[in-house]
Amino acid sequence: MSRPPQPPEAPLDWAPGLPRDSGVAGATSGGLDARGGVIEGARVAPEGIDTSHTVILYLEGVTVSFDGFKALNDLSLALDDGELRCVIGPNGAGKTTMMDVITGKTRPDSGKVFLGQTIDLTKHDEPSIATMGIGRKFQKPTVFEKHTVWENLELALKNDKRWWQSINSKLKSWQQDRIASVLSTIGLAGETRRLAGLLSHGQKQRLEIGMLLAQDPRVLLLDEPVAGMTDEETAELAGLLATLRGKHTIMVVEHDMDFIADISEKVTVLHEGHVLAEGTLDEVKANETVVEVYLGR
Amino acid sequence: MNATTLPLPVATAALGTADDRVRLFSRLGWTAIGIAVVLIAVVVPLMALVAPDGSALHLSSYALTLVGKILCYAICAVALDLVWGYCGILSLGHGLFFALGGYAIGMYLMRAIGHDGVYKSDLPDFMVFLDWKAYPWYWAFTDHFWYCALLVVLVPGVLAFVFGYFAFRSRIKGVYLSIITQALTYAAMLLFFRNDTGFGGNNGFTDFKRILGFDIYAQGTRVALFVLSGLTLVGVLILCRYLVTSKLGRVVTAIRDAESRVMFCGYDPKAFKLFVWTLSAVICGIAGALYVPQVGIINPSEMAPQNSIEMVIWVATGGRGTLFGPVIGAFVVNLAKSVFTMIAPEYWLFFLGAIFVGVTLFLPQGIVGLFRRRRGGGAA
Amino acid sequence: MAMPAGIAKPGAPAGPLMWRSAFSACSWREWLVVVVALALLLALVAPAFAVTADDLKPLASDDFADKATAVDTLMSAPDERVAAILAAMGSDQLFFTDETHFYIGDGTTYVDAITGAKAEPKADALKPVEINNRVRGKIDSAQSALALLSPDRGVRSKAIETLAGSPDPALAKLVDAAVAKETDPALKARLELVQAAFALKSDNPATRLAAIKALGRSENPQTRLLLLPFVQKNADGSFVEPDADTRAAAQTSLDAIDRSQKKGELLGALFSGVSLGSILLLVALGLAITYGLMGVINMAHGEFLMIGAYATYVVQGIFRSHFPGAENWYLVAAIPAAFLASAIIGAVLERTVIRFLYGRPLETLLATFGISLLLIQASRTIFGAQNVEVANPSWMSGGIEVLPNLILPWNRIYIIAFSAIVVALVWAILNLTRLGLFVRAVTQNRAMAGCVGVRTPRIDMLAFAIGAGIAGLGGVALSQISNVGPDMGQSYIIDSFMVVVLGGVGQLAGTIVGALGLGIVSKFLEPFSGAVLAKIIVLVFIILFIQRRPQGMFALKGRSAEA
Repeated sequence: MSRPPQPPEAPLDWAPGLPRDSGVAGATSGGLDARGGVIEGARVAPEGIDTSHTVILYLEGVTVSFDGFKALNDLSLALDDGELRCVIGPNGAGKTTMMDVITGKTRPDSGKVFLGQTIDLTKHDEPSIATMGIGRKFQKPTVFEKHTVWENLELALKNDKRWWQSINSKLKSWQQDRIASVLSTIGLAGETRRLAGLLSHGQKQRLEIGMLLAQDPRVLLLDEPVAGMTDEETAELAGLLATLRGKHTIMVVEHDMDFIADISEKVTVLHEGHVLAEGTLDEVKANETVVEVYLGR
Repeated sequence: MNATTLPLPVATAALGTADDRVRLFSRLGWTAIGIAVVLIAVVVPLMALVAPDGSALHLSSYALTLVGKILCYAICAVALDLVWGYCGILSLGHGLFFALGGYAIGMYLMRAIGHDGVYKSDLPDFMVFLDWKAYPWYWAFTDHFWYCALLVVLVPGVLAFVFGYFAFRSRIKGVYLSIITQALTYAAMLLFFRNDTGFGGNNGFTDFKRILGFDIYAQGTRVALFVLSGLTLVGVLILCRYLVTSKLGRVVTAIRDAESRVMFCGYDPKAFKLFVWTLSAVICGIAGALYVPQVGIINPSEMAPQNSIEMVIWVATGGRGTLFGPVIGAFVVNLAKSVFTMIAPEYWLFFLGAIFVGVTLFLPQGIVGLFRRRRGGGAA
Repeated sequence: MAMPAGIAKPGAPAGPLMWRSAFSACSWREWLVVVVALALLLALVAPAFAVTADDLKPLASDDFADKATAVDTLMSAPDERVAAILAAMGSDQLFFTDETHFYIGDGTTYVDAITGAKAEPKADALKPVEINNRVRGKIDSAQSALALLSPDRGVRSKAIETLAGSPDPALAKLVDAAVAKETDPALKARLELVQAAFALKSDNPATRLAAIKALGRSENPQTRLLLLPFVQKNADGSFVEPDADTRAAAQTSLDAIDRSQKKGELLGALFSGVSLGSILLLVALGLAITYGLMGVINMAHGEFLMIGAYATYVVQGIFRSHFPGAENWYLVAAIPAAFLASAIIGAVLERTVIRFLYGRPLETLLATFGISLLLIQASRTIFGAQNVEVANPSWMSGGIEVLPNLILPWNRIYIIAFSAIVVALVWAILNLTRLGLFVRAVTQNRAMAGCVGVRTPRIDMLAFAIGAGIAGLGGVALSQISNVGPDMGQSYIIDSFMVVVLGGVGQLAGTIVGALGLGIVSKFLEPFSGAVLAKIIVLVFIILFIQRRPQGMFALKGRSAEA
């Protein structure tokens, strides 16, 4: 996990094939970069995400219960900046609830959830957590079905998202370029004017990932991203994640072990709401309790 | 990833994105608006004021008031469509905002009666009847037209804002929100039915004499109110069109379709909803204020839940999620209503009930949808 | 009694949670009976006084105080002409051409006010005798005094209640006569209290003292207001009542009244709260089933209530014409009839309209609203727009006197018991039968239930029919305590939605607690704020409550709640 820290204002280079034009992006990002806290200053702590201790996402002792059933039970987990972490676990292990807690959808009964060293996520709601730089892909692909592919990306694009700003908002040319490059990344450049609702399942998955890319988050949470994708698409996604690695912190919840084997550095096993094991995939596979949980006694 | 082979600039141009959106209306749309403005502001006044009484071109004051009334309803329908068709919030309480706008202007009209009431008193007749000696505090300044005009905007606006703030904050949506809005207008109706509330109890305000010094029943005044209503409708249409074609409009429709995704994109749906909701309430209030001087009465039955639901059916009939649809719906349903009440009043409710059932079952996209389908699919 | 629309008595303790015109209590016909009875009685017992033109003269003036005095003058010698004149004044049907010519008429035919003979005044010369609220109050109490002589016990009882609250000295003589004539001991005791209230204004201190002591037994809250002046101070600090003994007696009487009032009020509010709650429960139960199961907000639910009530009316009619001997038991037959009528119509609607709209709750809401309009208009076409009369069987009239000022009516007690039985049955159906098992299965996971062989469309139809049928049962109950008319369903529907919202969707326990809670809270609020404000407070409370718990009191949390 030795990786040079990412300078916060570095323009992103997640679009293979698009020549990195730091001049354009740099010139505009001054006014728009959430990490700089210039525009979203009202919502984000002005100093941005403090990753001085390399940890970017940090959960400690998180407990969530629904009518007595503990979906999360004293869960502790830490993600380093730029890490790609896979989370596996049987059904009902609390994977989705954990993402709900991180993104502000569910308030934990107890425990700490921090983004960087300073931002207490339990004190913020979904939109502000999203603007702080946590993007989430749902288990079931969720795109705006009545909007075109282009509009989906436009809406997701990192921008000032307060309502009065949106009345007169127009895309600048470099923003249009960004959308176009995301489109080519996810292979939907030929579908820009189609309604997202008319896309195939795999295309919707890709569009949703594209929306996350357009959102340009520091932390990406992917809930079963390859579900319903063909093998080819799965392989492509693995390739994409490989290019994102290091630039974004990524947490992938997945059942598809081949996919995990493809991409994983470090795997966390959740069971009954807390961490059962952590390590490389091979280490985890060798762990007896994990085998027990997966195969039953 | 099958990286696209298209060079970037071409791709962007082929997308034809932002530039497409700048245009408010097509050339045809602008022409239609121009024709409508000429009809409202030139043709109708000529027909009502200049054409001699007996001629075929003459517009009777009955027809003038009827159409003027429906124009106000159409404004409401557009406002309701903004929240329902575009934002997915089905309000069953928009009649409340309409009535509040009407009551606000009604206070001025009551004050403008002066000493011409039955009791020749400083106070409106209903206050004399209740043996009140002075105006209650909230009637202060209502003798000034502009203050009341301000109230027309502020009262529905503030109420909608406060209600919406709490409702959207606690993420009440769907049928729950509909039921709560219905309860809201019902509660307000009960409140206004009380004599103690100080708005004339179940008789409300009526017997107006003049507005801004003009005789309220004079043909000229009626024409002026008609033109004002018509131009307001056109203005509201342009405003709403501007909003729904803006990025705000796209966020709002996205909230309708997938609210959680909108949140995880970083937008705060409650702020957007609150803006659209409050704006819609204000527009309804303005419609109410235009309506009351034309029909000459405002009473709490305007707040009855049924009135609000009827507004919804105008929108549904015309086609929600389109802007001209609600206008068409308001005209179709209300013209049918006046025809029925003339010919066979007892069958009106049967007809209205049948519209509710028929439109939801067979015409989910309304009349506009019918034409679109005929034209062959049509764009979104 | 045709009331001008401008008057709605604020805070009228009318019916459960709903708003009604408070003045429907006395119909024009009732007054006619009173007038005729008066004519007969007075012709026998009193020397014939005649109304003179002089008596009426002040009515033509513009001064409302003069008019009030004129009412007193008329009441000093009441006869059937006085009754007719007052009734006409009260309903804006008294006119005059000049100070000596007064006419009663409805706009087409007129009679001379003094002689009662047919008259044909010049229509354009007629001016109405206008009244304000003070004069109207005067007329109301005068009419109550006249009603004391009615042969109908109920009318007399109501009249005593009105008079006890605002004794008008001008009416003292009439009350004395009524006490002498009253045969019913309970009414006589109450009348004597009214007499005592008049005696309070006597010049003789002994009479006043006796009256004050007597009033301590009163159960009428308004008596308090009569006694209060005796313990109050003037602006300069001196007591209004100079005699200390009288003051002490007044205080004792006041305390006694307060105690008995408080106890009665508390129990009474609790009882009427439970009673209202049990009605709401019957309405909301079906709503909760249909919403919980199918996600269908049924705006026509109130109309199933109406169908049930009309079914009761029809069954009553059949019993009257075919089994006159068993008329008292028509209600027993009405229960299954109402259930079936509502359930069948419900099932038909589910098959023809609602099933096409599953998964589109807002559209369902609109379509069912349309259905409700259709049903209302259909019942208007069949049964007429007027309310129909459904009589209480004899075993349901009367009540148990728990406290001197608290009588629990049998019909309400039966309704509470009835809804308890219905709730128990619904619970049993849902939890103990195969149908209930299927219903719960479909509620939890429609697709899965379908996969394991549950015929979901059939279950939907049955559940919808049962929900409608339960509303029909509510209609039977409601027919016993309120008016049966085409619009009756509308009055309860919003309240029962509130119950469902409050209780949480698809939760039997939540619905019960929500209904009873809503009923009791509104009944406890009513004495402080009046019925209308109580209703508004409750609605505001619910809106605030949903802030805290958007899913209701008994809602599921977590994943299942998102579905």
